[in-house]
Amino acid sequence: MKQGFFEIIENKPLTKDVYRMRLFGDTGAITAPGQFVNIKLDGLFLRRPISVCDAEEKVLTILYKVVGKGTEQMAKMESGKLDVLTGLGNGYDTACSGEKPLLLGGGVGVPPLYGLCKKLIGEGKKVRVVLGFNTKDEIFYEEEFRALGADVFVTTVDGSYGKKGFVTDALGEDYTYFYTCGPEPMLKAVFNATSTEGQLSFEERMGCGFGACMGCSCKTIYGNRRICKEGPVLRKEEILW
Amino acid sequence: MVDTKVTLCGIELDNPVIPASGTFGYGYEFAEIYDINILGTFSFKGTTKDPRYGNPTPRIAECTAGMINAVGLQNPGVDKVISEELPRMKQCFHKKVMANISGFAVEEYVHCAEKLDRCEEVGWLEINVSCPNVHGGGMSFGTVPENAAEVTRAVKEKTKKPVIIKLSPNVTDIVAIAKACEEAGANGISLINTLLGMRINLRTGKPIIANKMGGFSGAAIFPVAVRMVYQVANAVKIPVVGIGGVETAEDVIEMMMAGATAVEVGAANLVNPYACRDIIKDLPRVMEKYRISTLRDIVGSAK
Repeated sequence: MKQGFFEIIENKPLTKDVYRMRLFGDTGAITAPGQFVNIKLDGLFLRRPISVCDAEEKVLTILYKVVGKGTEQMAKMESGKLDVLTGLGNGYDTACSGEKPLLLGGGVGVPPLYGLCKKLIGEGKKVRVVLGFNTKDEIFYEEEFRALGADVFVTTVDGSYGKKGFVTDALGEDYTYFYTCGPEPMLKAVFNATSTEGQLSFEERMGCGFGACMGCSCKTIYGNRRICKEGPVLRKEEILW
Repeated sequence: MVDTKVTLCGIELDNPVIPASGTFGYGYEFAEIYDINILGTFSFKGTTKDPRYGNPTPRIAECTAGMINAVGLQNPGVDKVISEELPRMKQCFHKKVMANISGFAVEEYVHCAEKLDRCEEVGWLEINVSCPNVHGGGMSFGTVPENAAEVTRAVKEKTKKPVIIKLSPNVTDIVAIAKACEEAGANGISLINTLLGMRINLRTGKPIIANKMGGFSGAAIFPVAVRMVYQVANAVKIPVVGIGGVETAEDVIEMMMAGATAVEVGAANLVNPYACRDIIKDLPRVMEKYRISTLRDIVGSAK
């Protein structure tokens, strides 16, 4: 964990309510894709935990959906500095991906898979990405994943773009491992539909985001885990629904 | 050169700043980012006889200038705290630590107190009497003077370490409860625990927290804490530890002027993991600003 001040260098909408913010600052504490940052906003007591989409040297990219007071405030920011805790959570482990990992993202669960995809492709893996959205207007980052060199498939619940249905309708058969992030019902569906081991990234309301308050605990077969510290990524075999 | 030292129940602290139980774990997360030996001490996560998972999630809700939590005393139980957490804690913290104990029956408090009494790294036992008393019909120990006194007496019999009773503000007359604890042999009183609160999600029309209600803490409760510390400090002779919404060195001084010998910092640690370090760094400057040369001299100076 590291606290730092980041300069806003971009903050623009990708869809009606999903924004991309790029921040300039020290990303050195970010050690794995799938980790998150915790952002202090003026006038709000708790920080806002947001997954890391991409961490390059000095540039942090986050994608966020406007869902409440904090993200509404963020969407209005044009410039300035933010107090950010970085390097939070365990992140995805790419060591067990095999040669053909499958990445499944749902809605605003898509962002952390971008950094993961980049890393896996950098490691020479053949990556299949399935991005699930409700409808065509909500789609983001399809081209960005493709530009990394992944095979990208899109599903929409209403069939307005790509394959009609859920990410679980486009799993394919030839994959060695899976990684996923999205709403909990989707994670559960992925858990049940996949034939290999994999890693799932969870979301929970957090107090601190760095393991101190026990606000975001969950039970696993190995005992209690803090989503913010031992998570947000849990392995398929340890999950208790 | 200012003097920030205070003495809490016979043990000298380099400064009065103490992270509050439940906001600091066993210290490791904070030791990753600063040397926690600069603290006066800290009160570790509330310990119960048996391991507890705590309440279902969501356990956290935000409020204006504060937050509500309903963690539900998640902890590995006193045996594992002693065998696993304390040895690990000792590697990053070399001062006496405050052991925070909770229970749902008098015997549970006694059980934990006896075991923690044998740990040399434990300096004080802080007894949280805010839990419901399962044998007393669910009414919290801390809301009835006789119950609070009974726990105090039972714990005092089993330990030589100073016993500090941590009181709930959710009562009509906190002074009566503090006095009952003092008469029962308490060596100190810490207050306030969280205020019972609740938030509702307008979209779902349901409480945000799974447990529906939770403990409200953060800057918003500071004036309530100062008032209660003032009332209790003026009614008892034993030292008072002030808790509630403390975020700055100025807050520490205000709490001490109200009557606190030492000050616990809670929710602020969760928002700014450096909160206690920043307060300790800032204390000498703020003392000089208000011409305070010896911090212990201001305890209870507000009349």
